[in-house]
Amino acid sequence: MSTLLYELKEGLLISLRAIRANKVRSALTIFGIVIGITAVVLMSTAIKGIDNAFAKGVSSLGSDNLYIDKWEWFNNDTPWWELRNRKNLDLEDFKKYKELAKLPLAVAPTVWSNQTIKYKDRNVESIIIQGTNENYINTTNLSFNEGRFFNELESNGGRQVAVLGFEVANNLFPNGNALDQDVKIKGQKFRVVGVLSEQGSWVMGNFNPDKQVFTPIQNIFKYFHSEWFRSVTINVRARNSQMVEATKEEAISIMRRVRGLKYNEPDDFSINQQEGLLNTINQTVGVIQIAGLFITGLSLFVGAVGIMNIMFVSVKERTKEIGIRKAIGAKRRTILGQFITESAIICLFGGIVGLIMAIILSMIVNQFLPTSVQIDSVVLAIVISIATGVISGFAPAYSAAKLDPVEALRYE
Amino acid sequence: MNIINIEHIAKIYQVGSEEVHALRDVSLNIEKGEYVAIMGPSGSGKSTLMNILGCLDTPTKGLYNFTGVNVSQMNDNELANIRNKEIGFVFQTFNLLPRSDALHNVELPLIYAGISSHERKDKARLALDHVGLNDRMHHKPNELSGGQRQRVAIARALVTQPAIILADEPTGNLDTKTGEDIMALFNEIYEQGNTIILVTHEEYIAEHAERIIRIRDGMIEKDEHVKDRYIPKKNGFSKAD
Repeated sequence: MSTLLYELKEGLLISLRAIRANKVRSALTIFGIVIGITAVVLMSTAIKGIDNAFAKGVSSLGSDNLYIDKWEWFNNDTPWWELRNRKNLDLEDFKKYKELAKLPLAVAPTVWSNQTIKYKDRNVESIIIQGTNENYINTTNLSFNEGRFFNELESNGGRQVAVLGFEVANNLFPNGNALDQDVKIKGQKFRVVGVLSEQGSWVMGNFNPDKQVFTPIQNIFKYFHSEWFRSVTINVRARNSQMVEATKEEAISIMRRVRGLKYNEPDDFSINQQEGLLNTINQTVGVIQIAGLFITGLSLFVGAVGIMNIMFVSVKERTKEIGIRKAIGAKRRTILGQFITESAIICLFGGIVGLIMAIILSMIVNQFLPTSVQIDSVVLAIVISIATGVISGFAPAYSAAKLDPVEALRYE
Repeated sequence: MNIINIEHIAKIYQVGSEEVHALRDVSLNIEKGEYVAIMGPSGSGKSTLMNILGCLDTPTKGLYNFTGVNVSQMNDNELANIRNKEIGFVFQTFNLLPRSDALHNVELPLIYAGISSHERKDKARLALDHVGLNDRMHHKPNELSGGQRQRVAIARALVTQPAIILADEPTGNLDTKTGEDIMALFNEIYEQGNTIILVTHEEYIAEHAERIIRIRDGMIEKDEHVKDRYIPKKNGFSKAD
């Protein structure tokens, strides 16, 4: 045991001396590993950043939510023309459902319209205006920067009030003070009663609440488009995650009654869930992950080949030294360990430099994409760089270990 | 007591389709405390014999007992262990590690023997002191003269207190005067009771030994005692009659 320890220490010493003796060569060799490790760390950090962003985006939907809709959001089992031919859901459907449903915590109808919103000389184009009722807020996890959601009175009366998403408010009111101001949508004035806090669900594009405006549903039908133009979506929040399945079963049976379906007719509506979105996202992220790791793995592989190459040169150059060491009692194991140690140390240097570069680069990237190098990336970089050294150093080290001492001593 | 007992060993190399008989049929005994010179022209097989004696190589045929242990069938690692503990090599080209200082070069066999750093340094210092280099411990080989380098190599050979010292043309790369100094050091080591095997082709170098074995065409041509054995006494050293 102590022998092994002394041999390891000797191996470390020799490695450092050898690296120091060939500074330029070592630096160039290390460079390959630096690039490989930088790529791996950055890629794993970026993937995690994307993953987190998706998770955050999806969580704003709420995991206990169901969305009863004419359209099926994620699964493409049903051909789209069949979905298109379904009868639109309307407010009557919603009202009947609400009356019959016992299990949900909250239900709200939504219908959207794409509009430009103006305040004085500022305007934001292509905003999703969500028409809904006062219960909508209870089907989401939204929180407020200022103000409130519109109340039952405002909703039932179809008052011209609006709740602004974070980005919309920021664009229209760069200096704040959006509350109680009148914004204009398609020529109609809407009084701002609330501004949402930032949800950061940028992965959801225009359906990101930050980019939306909420108003009582009647306003949509009154000013933007008629009721038959677009199907209503019923947002349903279950009491808790255990209740999601039961709530879904109940929704299916109620909706079949509401829609007047015979027992042998298929559903002409879909119950959508966040789960479907998660599956889609996971597939996308999975593809990015595999492609990313393959590409970065390739750059690391090139670095590893460089190390292997230089270690073969090193073994050739030091054949005589290997002979001397063998003559005075170094075993195969000792020589093998010595060269593997050397290659592992070169790679470890590369790994540390690569890690530092990755941290600096991720700080720059962080301006555009939320990334930061976590402790597990650090551990990953160190482990991968040492493993690369051990693997790429093995073949050269083995060729050194099995040299015949007589031949090696004779080598000039 | 025989340290080395060789019976009918042969070494055959395969060069292409041809068999080269480097050693044909060599039998030999060397006792503890002997000072033996092995002589022969190049191609005589003396290098092959030295490699086998030094456990760097194994014979194709025959038996080699080293300190009572049969080493002729040992594997690489077992041979490495024997070389480490029982054999001290001194080479013509010194064979020191160029990037290590004298002290570390002498320490090296002790590292492979698994001896602690503290004890290693003590023993290495003692060995360097012994060969008169206590003021050159931290010099690297390229900062030392040829004679000094060979002294470091001798210290490295002595540091494990091996059963035999095997010197292959130890003065071959040195001028005559320095060569004589090195031979004087070998005499001193011999007089302290060490067993020395010297491989050389120089008659005047071989004359330092008490026994000369001449090799030709892979066989022992002549094996003669040219001097009396030097028997060290308990207090100090004196020549035995």
